[in-house]
Amino acid sequence: MFVPEIFPDPRKAVTSQVLVSRLPALANLGILNFRQSAFNTSNHHQRLPSTTSVTNPLQVLISKMGRLQEYQVIGRKLPSETDETPRLYRMRIFAPNDVVAKSRFWYFLKKLRKVKKSAGEIISLNVIHEKRPLKVKNFGIWVRYDSRSGTHNMYKEYRELSRTDAVHSLYQDLAARHRARFRSIHILKVAEIEKSADVKRPYIKQLLTPNLKFPLPHRAPVGVGKKIFLAKRPNTFS
Amino acid sequence: MSQTKVVSSQWPQVETGRVVLINSGKDEGKLAAVVQIIDHKRALVDSPHIERQEISLSHVSLTQQVITKLPRAARSGVVKKYWAEASVDDKTASTTWAKKRASREKKRQLTDFERFKVMVLKKQRRFEVRKAVAKARKASS
Repeated sequence: MFVPEIFPDPRKAVTSQVLVSRLPALANLGILNFRQSAFNTSNHHQRLPSTTSVTNPLQVLISKMGRLQEYQVIGRKLPSETDETPRLYRMRIFAPNDVVAKSRFWYFLKKLRKVKKSAGEIISLNVIHEKRPLKVKNFGIWVRYDSRSGTHNMYKEYRELSRTDAVHSLYQDLAARHRARFRSIHILKVAEIEKSADVKRPYIKQLLTPNLKFPLPHRAPVGVGKKIFLAKRPNTFS
Repeated sequence: MSQTKVVSSQWPQVETGRVVLINSGKDEGKLAAVVQIIDHKRALVDSPHIERQEISLSHVSLTQQVITKLPRAARSGVVKKYWAEASVDDKTASTTWAKKRASREKKRQLTDFERFKVMVLKKQRRFEVRKAVAKARKASS
């Protein structure tokens, strides 16, 4: 199994059971299956009104969020004669907007279960906000990515203020190092590394040194390069 | 053979408690203290003058001041306390650097008439200086 369960996600405890553990890689997308007794009503052949509580896009802009948002998407197959209470599937998806989030939900669900958009419905869509957006955290991210010659699994670490920031830097990082596009990257799992002893990668480890300090040598002051000729040689000391 | 002593340069360093001047954005010209280093390019800064925020180190200038006792990842209230204790604002205001910036800012705020008044005053000063110089030259010759 590729993804080791080192970092138990406390939010998983909210939902009842993880049933997709036989598909280890994508199980960690946060796909949780559960039947909800609340939906066992008499008229279950109808489509449920989907409760979308996506914040106003203007508010999103104001809140200085990065490019991505984290969404919780819950969907299911449409109820039928044979299955009156279809299973609910929940995913936590990083996407720039709710349209992409819903699309990614169906994309992943199609890979895992015999459910497709034309015969299914999305029941709820919420934005998951960072609980402490002003605390510096280390994140471990498990990724599956398709390169030009094959598929690779990866584990990378990022030091950021929020999960969405970490995922955004992951996309930037993979784009830079591997020329990977958004469409060829699957985020399998994002977890905060609570103990600094659990940090694996040297590029994050070096930032956890006690009493870390460093100079900023050779900096070009603001405005250098704007003028061709200067009366004074610029000072590159801090 | 004589011994050469190699001394490391005294560059201000990015560290917890380092006071920085923000050079761009909403909080341009305001002072803040580094609360925690995020990575080699970014830090978490906070002070009584700004909102706690992540900032790119390319948008700040490091000052010579450090709040040495500031604990890492201190919350806003703690930062405020240490900020007052170290009297950062007073110390900064007394530096030549801050004075220069203040006078530059003041010059920028002047109206056309005020600029004219400055010109006249400068002329008067120049006249007095030259008079004194001429007098001294005459006396010495």
